[in-house]
Amino acid sequence: MDDSKMNFSGFFRRLVALCRKETRQILRDPSSNLIAFVLPVALLFIYSYGINLDSTSVSIGLVLEDSSREARQFADSFIGSPYMKVVTSLNRAEMEQAIMETTVRGFVVIPEDFARRLQRPTDTAPLLVVTDGTEPNLASFVENYTRGAWQNWLQHRADEHGRKFTTAISLEPRYWFNPSAESRNFIIPGAITVIMTVIGALLTSLVIAREWERGTMEALLATPVTRAELLLSKIIPYYALGIVSLLICVAVAVFALHVPFRGSLWVLLMVSSLFLFSALGFGLLLSTMTRNQFNAAQGALNGAFLPALILSGFIYEIRSMPLIIQAVTYLIPARYFVNAMHTLFMAGNIWSVLLRNMFFLAIASVFFLGLTALKTRRRLE
Amino acid sequence: MSEVIAILENVGKLFPKAKKSAVEDVSAQIQTGLVTGLVGPDGAGKTTLIRLMAGLLAPTSGRLRIDGGDPIADAARLRENIGYMPQKFGLYEDLSVEENLTLYADLRGVIGAERETAFKRLLDFTDLVRFTNRLAGKLSGGMKQKLGLACALLGKPRILLLDEPGVGVDPISRRELWKMVKDLVAQGMAVVWSTAYLDEAELCGQVILMNEGKLIFAGVPSVMTERMNGRCFLIQSCQGSRRQLLTRALRRPEVMDGVIQGHSVRLVLRKGAAAPKLSELQAGPECVTTPVASRFEDAFIDALGGGPGGESLLAERMRSIPGPKETVIKAGNLTKKFGDFAAADQVTFSVARGEIFGLLGPNGAGKSTTFRMMCGLLAPTSGTARVMGIDLAHSASKARQRLGYMAQKFSLYSSLSVLQNLEFFSGVYGLRGAKQQTQIDEMVEVFKFGPFLDVTPDTLPLGFKQRMALACAVMHEPDILFLDEPTSGVDPVTRREFWTHINGLVEKGVTVMVTTHFMDEAEYCDRVALVYRGGIIAAGTPDDLKQSVASTNNPDPSMEDAFIELVGRNEPVNG
Repeated sequence: MDDSKMNFSGFFRRLVALCRKETRQILRDPSSNLIAFVLPVALLFIYSYGINLDSTSVSIGLVLEDSSREARQFADSFIGSPYMKVVTSLNRAEMEQAIMETTVRGFVVIPEDFARRLQRPTDTAPLLVVTDGTEPNLASFVENYTRGAWQNWLQHRADEHGRKFTTAISLEPRYWFNPSAESRNFIIPGAITVIMTVIGALLTSLVIAREWERGTMEALLATPVTRAELLLSKIIPYYALGIVSLLICVAVAVFALHVPFRGSLWVLLMVSSLFLFSALGFGLLLSTMTRNQFNAAQGALNGAFLPALILSGFIYEIRSMPLIIQAVTYLIPARYFVNAMHTLFMAGNIWSVLLRNMFFLAIASVFFLGLTALKTRRRLE
Repeated sequence: MSEVIAILENVGKLFPKAKKSAVEDVSAQIQTGLVTGLVGPDGAGKTTLIRLMAGLLAPTSGRLRIDGGDPIADAARLRENIGYMPQKFGLYEDLSVEENLTLYADLRGVIGAERETAFKRLLDFTDLVRFTNRLAGKLSGGMKQKLGLACALLGKPRILLLDEPGVGVDPISRRELWKMVKDLVAQGMAVVWSTAYLDEAELCGQVILMNEGKLIFAGVPSVMTERMNGRCFLIQSCQGSRRQLLTRALRRPEVMDGVIQGHSVRLVLRKGAAAPKLSELQAGPECVTTPVASRFEDAFIDALGGGPGGESLLAERMRSIPGPKETVIKAGNLTKKFGDFAAADQVTFSVARGEIFGLLGPNGAGKSTTFRMMCGLLAPTSGTARVMGIDLAHSASKARQRLGYMAQKFSLYSSLSVLQNLEFFSGVYGLRGAKQQTQIDEMVEVFKFGPFLDVTPDTLPLGFKQRMALACAVMHEPDILFLDEPTSGVDPVTRREFWTHINGLVEKGVTVMVTTHFMDEAEYCDRVALVYRGGIIAAGTPDDLKQSVASTNNPDPSMEDAFIELVGRNEPVNG
């Protein structure tokens, strides 16, 4: 009885000593500070301003080859849009040059027979839409925009002439969860995933490897330290660091970038903790296995950072990936975290979604941390 | 009272995937109240054996008992009784002295009042009181070593394991450490001190001498040294080249081993052999032979079957470099600053053709910095470096064609095979076509690389890598050879073979500049400069330097004595 009490106090003393050492090292290491505190804020701003899937700044050209009243009316309604910058020209060649120089992302030609063919009831008036196919997103955006503008104008004209204009279906889009359809609201929660991955996996992938490289692990192993103390002393400080960094990210997102947050903070902390454990587990596993900082960092970049960026659904929609790649995404913890973060930020505490994601994150955490514990040796072999 | 605290019975360790055992069938005992020297060159298995004793590795055969327990099964108890200092001292460089001590005190359960007394005792003992707030990374090599020792001593271990504590530390700190260790031993502790310096073996109460994983000798070192009594001689006041004299002496069957010692030649005879007649050695009429004390190294070489002989096939193949005995290397007020820190400060020296010039000093003294400036690898902050009359500041690449450079740690490409390394380095030095092929073939023949041409060098022993590095540096037949720590860590037989080649090349007219931290190695040089804290504190022939510190207490000082004394004279006494 007395013996186990002694053991417990020893456990606690050693764990505190190791955690204090680890914390001091983090605070004194400029690169850790940079990754934990500066990088998140920098990344958030880069992602929110750099990766913008919205189109308010897209330029589109309009070539007026017909000078009829109808042509000018259509041009007016086209130019009046708040969503586009429209550049007009009378000359097709000029626009072709502009699209080459990417000063416009596409252009619409109102051909010289526009009004004439519009008058003929049996004919259809042609509009030529040319888009820059090198950026498919923008190209389809230009196309859709033109289609919409055309429909609008026809409607408007029918009203003016007192005629009834009929289209088969009229679309009235409502963007749920993100009413203004701002991509920032979608990108930022995903970006937090990438940041958590960097802190959880990249930073921790270095720490055990560093102790091996510098020979301090050997000295530690010759003391009465146990395996559990050793592992916990790596998990606890980096977990705390990750949570601090998360709170900074959320504060910047909500207060500086005005991203809505509809879930509750304690749920966010719970989900993030689960994800952090899986990322920490992966990082620690790498550094335990490689014992070499360079290899561990390579592993973390390829095994955690890139998948979190590409295969998590953060930027690229998972459902539009080939089936086999879709299947791979199920193995990536970041996928579940991105989904949960999107839900928490834009929809709120939707438990059916959150619980499923938390379940998979918990499995990943147990898997990676368990494997690390198994691979951690009390000896040098 | 001395008692046996550790017993090794036929201990062996074969690492997975390794072809050869790192430690093979070693039996020995370690006693309290003694320093046990674990002695041998790199690759002897010293570190593996220490780790086995610390319970950090499990043996693949045999049995270890430390303090009545098995190092692995009884690890929990034994860790309290074993103090261990790994090679890099095991310190956290971004923690202060006190934080390092506190961490290890917490881990070893030294708390409360016990901690206070322990810290006071250890800080006094190591003289680190003034530096408690300094980061460990900012300490000098000697201070790091003391802090590592203090951390290992927390919790009052009964057995202290020190893995190469003397490496990279200046001779003064090394002596202080020895004094500290002797104190600990006097209090009844058992200390295991591993080292590649054979001269340290003579300071130990007991030695475990190893080579390539095998035990050569275990016991009291004087027992081993005494075997050589009456077999060691010094030939003094000889005329002509002492290098040629050594070669002639080594040709004789009765001579087992020989080295150059300043102006003299030191010979070791085979067991039962009579000394060769001086007339037969053609050493001149004035030369005299004096019997000298045997050394531990003599016994080691004897145990390995004798020295490598005195003929250098390499030198035979090399061209003679004619020319007058003029200055070919000249450094004038050479200074290199890294920020505020002067790694080399106002260094001035000159070397004549066919001379061996040595820069001698501990790690971090500024030898390598000076060296790199002399071969045009580093631009000096101020001062001039001239080689063969060429100013390295202006036409370094022109000068480099006539230099051979052998880098520290024998830098070879580990992903290239032996042959590819030879091809690469000969190409870099400008050899092409038939000439290149001839030179490579010669090297393969001279150094017997034949069976290993397709192997990568990192799978081969250190001595082999050293030969390869030498081959790569001399293939283009340079006028001047720069050797940076050329024999660091290699066994004494390989070291002698190396110096045989160098001596042979010098006889052909090659000029050699060498850095070393082995005080003994300076004896091969014609002239030596002692480097300490960035500056040259003394220069001259090895005999002159030793003589300059001779006193009635120490009539025949060693190179290390000279170094320590000269450093002391140069440094203002600080209170």
